[in-house]
Amino acid sequence: MRPSTSPLRELMGKRDFYAGGLMVLLGLGIALKGTSYRAGTLMHMGPGFLPTALGVLLVLLGIAIAVAGMSSTDGSAEDQNLLPEYPQWWAWFCILMSPVCFIFFGRYFGMIPATFSCVLIAAVGDKNATWLGSIILATVITIFGVALFSYFLQVPMPILTWKGAP
Amino acid sequence: MIGTAVTDLWYGFGVALEPHNLMFCFIGVLVGNMVGVLPGMGPLATISILLPLTFGMKPVAAILMLGGVMYGAQYGGAICSILLNLPCHPPHAVTCLDGFPMTKQGRGGVALGLTVFASFVGASWGITEMVFLSPLLVRAALQFGPAEVCSLMLLGLLAGSTLARGSPIKGVAMTVLGLFLGSVGTDLETGSERYTFGMTELDDGIELIALALGLFGIAEFMSSVNQVAPINTKYTHVTFKDMRPTKADMKRAFFPMWRGTIIGSLCALIPGTGPTIASFVAYATEKKISKHPELFGTGLIEGVVCPEAATHSSVQGDFIPTMSLGIPGDAVMALLLGALMIQGIVPGPQLISQHPDIFWGLVASFWIGNIMLVLLNVPLIGIWVKMLAIPYKFLYPSAMFFVCIGVYAANNDFFQVGEVAAIGLFGYILLRLGFHPAPILLGFVLGPRFEENFRRAMLISRGDMLVFIERPISAVFVGLCVILIGSQLYLRLKGSKVAELNVDDDATTGVTDDRKIPVQLAGQRVPVTPAE
Repeated sequence: MRPSTSPLRELMGKRDFYAGGLMVLLGLGIALKGTSYRAGTLMHMGPGFLPTALGVLLVLLGIAIAVAGMSSTDGSAEDQNLLPEYPQWWAWFCILMSPVCFIFFGRYFGMIPATFSCVLIAAVGDKNATWLGSIILATVITIFGVALFSYFLQVPMPILTWKGAP
Repeated sequence: MIGTAVTDLWYGFGVALEPHNLMFCFIGVLVGNMVGVLPGMGPLATISILLPLTFGMKPVAAILMLGGVMYGAQYGGAICSILLNLPCHPPHAVTCLDGFPMTKQGRGGVALGLTVFASFVGASWGITEMVFLSPLLVRAALQFGPAEVCSLMLLGLLAGSTLARGSPIKGVAMTVLGLFLGSVGTDLETGSERYTFGMTELDDGIELIALALGLFGIAEFMSSVNQVAPINTKYTHVTFKDMRPTKADMKRAFFPMWRGTIIGSLCALIPGTGPTIASFVAYATEKKISKHPELFGTGLIEGVVCPEAATHSSVQGDFIPTMSLGIPGDAVMALLLGALMIQGIVPGPQLISQHPDIFWGLVASFWIGNIMLVLLNVPLIGIWVKMLAIPYKFLYPSAMFFVCIGVYAANNDFFQVGEVAAIGLFGYILLRLGFHPAPILLGFVLGPRFEENFRRAMLISRGDMLVFIERPISAVFVGLCVILIGSQLYLRLKGSKVAELNVDDDATTGVTDDRKIPVQLAGQRVPVTPAE
């Protein structure tokens, strides 16, 4: 089934190759940045010692993951795709936008608009969502949430404001 | 020794029965039970969401409530497995195998009733173990110097990452990443800032709640949005009457229940083997010693009570290393420990003597909470069953709000809300690449203490790394680490897959014995389509 062309291409198709690659990149970044802090000696360790060591370790683990992924033969059973079968770009976007809305509306307009927009945008991400249903859900959560967090738990965030303190 | 344990326990009941604490324990188990029933919400997400609510509370009330959420969710998860064939939470995946066929035969109520009972027995055993073993462990641990603490943490981290779900190397990589994330912020000893990139908000480090909610909240929502199969509520009409088991059922369930309990408590003692492994091992054992193993998967009560008792016994037992050594066995425990640290309590062997109200109050509240759960589950089963039908499209937007406001309330700062979104995206990428993010939390919580003890050990030994093998107790821990890594390598080279248990993945057919599901499959949201 698998187009058995060059070994490199086969490697590129494996998820573990990317998984290992990501770890190598992260490790390199951590280790390089870590060298800018004082490493000290083993007896008197500086702030840079442990993070740099962890970064190097992460690079090695990343290589190990990629190599193990390359050598494994049972990989066919596992999900090798980077994206799921049905990518949910719109839903993902909505879920990630939800905290962004919360920050924006919360900072400038207060808790009610923040809550409402946060729930609304997350709700419209579902493929079966209707505008009406999402608005009703957002309204219910807003009433409940403001009552719980503002009145009961006294979270210091204005309920409704106009261009509040940035 | 028994005498002091009983007096301490008596004191603990005094603490746990204070009306204030009792109320929060009740809220905890109620919410935990409720959320445990909901498909798609695990104990990790629930505890992280509730964590900000505990900031204003006293430490005792906070930990009683969060503990209650945790074991309450375990009770709830069983309902989901038995009635819907949905393994919402990993430990309950095996319960589906025999639980759902029982439901199809109209005996779901009996399965639930006996599960509640078995869970109570398992939990009680785990608590008893905690009462007697923790003080012993503490006595040993108080002798530990920084070198011993360091190697013990190393062992805990290694066990937590390699024995959990998924590939061991990836687990270790996640732990290392967690250790690194724990080092972000102001360095405790020198005061210099690390990896803050000039952002003053990061001076205090990455917020635990933002990390937990990003990894187990947002990343989870992203992976399950629009993927959750519609729920089949055809078999969910269970009434109180159905739950009463017959004498014959009781008799058949009795020994499997105790076997499960013992297996669970043994698994709890090995660091890193949490309830998931306990329940799988219990099921496999029960099947092996059964006189009619071929009937497993067709709705045997043994196949339900044994893993459930094991799960609960192991969940309570997991508190032993967490509370007495300050070394969590899995991500849930790490989160609970993090909650204690937020309250300003330093985990470790000194916790029991310095804060006896927390430790003994927690132990006593386990019993009270478990009794509450038994009482709650029996009359409220009808309501829980109705909750199963709440669609995911209402669930996750509401949870998103709790995530945002919870992270905000931690510091009253919007920066952390951005942090949670970024961590969520990163967590989802990790999930897609086949990583299980749970060990990150383990590394993150232990990271600062690991670094502190490592530095101290090096200072005392004058920079001699050999100190870790020269001190006998430390050498034992290092030896265990080596054995752990060696056995993983050996198994890898041998090509054997011990993680795979010989259980068939489709309980509805129940005959295909040769089909295997790896333990990973017991993970989040397996797309199991409910039969018919």
